[in-house]
Amino acid sequence: MSADHLPEHPDFLWRNPEPKSSYDAVIVGGGGHGLATAYFLAKNHGMTNIAVLEKGWLAGGNMARNTTIIRSNYLWDESAAIYEHALKLWEVLPEELEYDFLFSQRGVMNLAHTLGDVRESMRRVGANKLNGVDAEWLDPQQVKELCPILNVGDNIRYPVMGATYQPRAGIAKHDHVAWAFARKCDEMGVDIIQNCEVTGFLKDGNRVVGVKTNRGTINTEKVGLCAAGHSSVLAEMAGFRLPIQSHPLQALVSELHEPVHPTVVMSNHVHVYVSQAHKGELVMGAGVDSYNGYGQRGSFHVIEEQMAAAVELFPIFARAHVLRTWGGIVDTTMDASPIVGTTPVENMFVNCGWGTGGFKGTPAAGLTFAHTIATGAPHKLNEPFSLERFETGALIDEHGAAAVAH
Amino acid sequence: MLLISCPNCGPRDETEFHYGGQAHVAYPEDPYALNDREWAEYLFYRDNTKGAYAERWVHSTGCRQWFNMLRDTVSYEIQAVYPMGTPAPGGSAPGTTANTAQAPEGASK
Ligand SMILES: Cc1cc2nc3c(=O)[nH]c(=O)nc-3n(C[C@H](O)[C@H](O)[C@H](O)COP(=O)(O)OP(=O)(O)OC[C@H]3O[C@@H](n4cnc5c(N)ncnc54)[C@H](O)[C@@H]3O)c2cc1C
Ligand SMILES: [Zn+2]
Repeated sequence: MSADHLPEHPDFLWRNPEPKSSYDAVIVGGGGHGLATAYFLAKNHGMTNIAVLEKGWLAGGNMARNTTIIRSNYLWDESAAIYEHALKLWEVLPEELEYDFLFSQRGVMNLAHTLGDVRESMRRVGANKLNGVDAEWLDPQQVKELCPILNVGDNIRYPVMGATYQPRAGIAKHDHVAWAFARKCDEMGVDIIQNCEVTGFLKDGNRVVGVKTNRGTINTEKVGLCAAGHSSVLAEMAGFRLPIQSHPLQALVSELHEPVHPTVVMSNHVHVYVSQAHKGELVMGAGVDSYNGYGQRGSFHVIEEQMAAAVELFPIFARAHVLRTWGGIVDTTMDASPIVGTTPVENMFVNCGWGTGGFKGTPAAGLTFAHTIATGAPHKLNEPFSLERFETGALIDEHGAAAVAH
Repeated sequence: MLLISCPNCGPRDETEFHYGGQAHVAYPEDPYALNDREWAEYLFYRDNTKGAYAERWVHSTGCRQWFNMLRDTVSYEIQAVYPMGTPAPGGSAPGTTANTAQAPEGASK
């Protein structure tokens, strides 16, 4: 087919401006969190003379590599508060952004396979209810009723002993979420600049006054880092350290199938989480590779283990084929909770450490990080997620709810 | 899957090994002398180098010995395998700086 038979290119959702010589604030990283931050800076704080700098293409990092699970059933009060706020924002964002990004509240099940799991899960359901998060405990029969293709028999190594269930949880189309934010940012005057890599910072004493990029130097009063897996690299350029380790995290999809999987099923114990995308692919995520890595790929045995777990839980998947696998670079912290706040460098702020589970947090990360950048002080939702907690010891240990899962 | 050359057993699949994180991080000589900031550095802060990284591995299902490795965290190429207690080849790799190099290796695991 020759080019003159192709349909016209659809309208672009944002401009591709040249970088200006100066902005009121610069956001580093054009993933979901950078775009959401820019959106709330413009919308809630009237800061429209700002830029999002992205070294590659918009949402080419973890934003369009994740398995799109959205839930808020975290154990601790601090986490429940910020993730539940995010979930409430997800519920209104399609209308607010005037973009149907297929947010589907089809529920999320977290399976329990051991007595320890059962106790931890029931405790989490109780904690969730006290925090106003919808949560239920399901016995194996109820699990089967909600997701008939799940094997709840005892003929597998780690039989399903029950599950927690959050009905309001679900999935969304991640790339469309990024485009929805980008279009609104652009409409409000935010410059989204792709192929623009930050290579250093200009400082006046301990205060940041600009960024160096492969497209020239940009002066700015404030810098917000939203670089996920590359946060440590940027912090080092700015002269401070972060308690972050970057790991490969992999996922995969099958070919398209008829709808067979009505909800989202996650298992920490056997390291797999599965949903079925709107088009029909089975979407499955694995655990992180153990080693540090910036390569956007991991080792094959991790995928092999994940598939073995999936086939035990869902025997009908044995005949499905893997179509594509890929990896992202996730920024993990020791307590499996994010860092959103100020840094040792004046006027530089950091949002990172969302690790394996930050897609769901995108709207709340944006809201609270924008507040922090605009006012210089944390929003009450991100106050506990400061960098200082690693010194004070006020950790928010979500390993039970988040270490492997998403 | 990485192919790792154990100094004792030779080349084996990654699945026989476990990762031990950054190498050359010594237990503080006098923990009580540290302030909160320094203690946090020891407990929670590790280098997160993009490039050549000195790290520890243990051959869990083989000889069960710890050893050090210099690996590129972007290409994953293994550049050197060397014994515990010896500095990283080249000397410039992260984690080999003076503040962490003194105490005996393996003390913290
Ligand atoms: C396989 C996988 C599955 C996941 N599944 C889930 C899930 O089911 N649910 C969930 O909630 N979360 C999940 N996550 C985690 C989630 O994707 C991340 O926490 C989240 O996307 C991180 O925020 P972000 O979108 O801003 O990151 P990114 O999209 O990675 O954005 C960071 C951006 O910074 C840019 N950047 C880096 N350095 C520079 C520089 N020097 N200059 C300019 N730009 C720079 C990068 O190019 C990148 O685009 C998953 C992640 C992976 C990899
Ligand atoms: Zn060995």
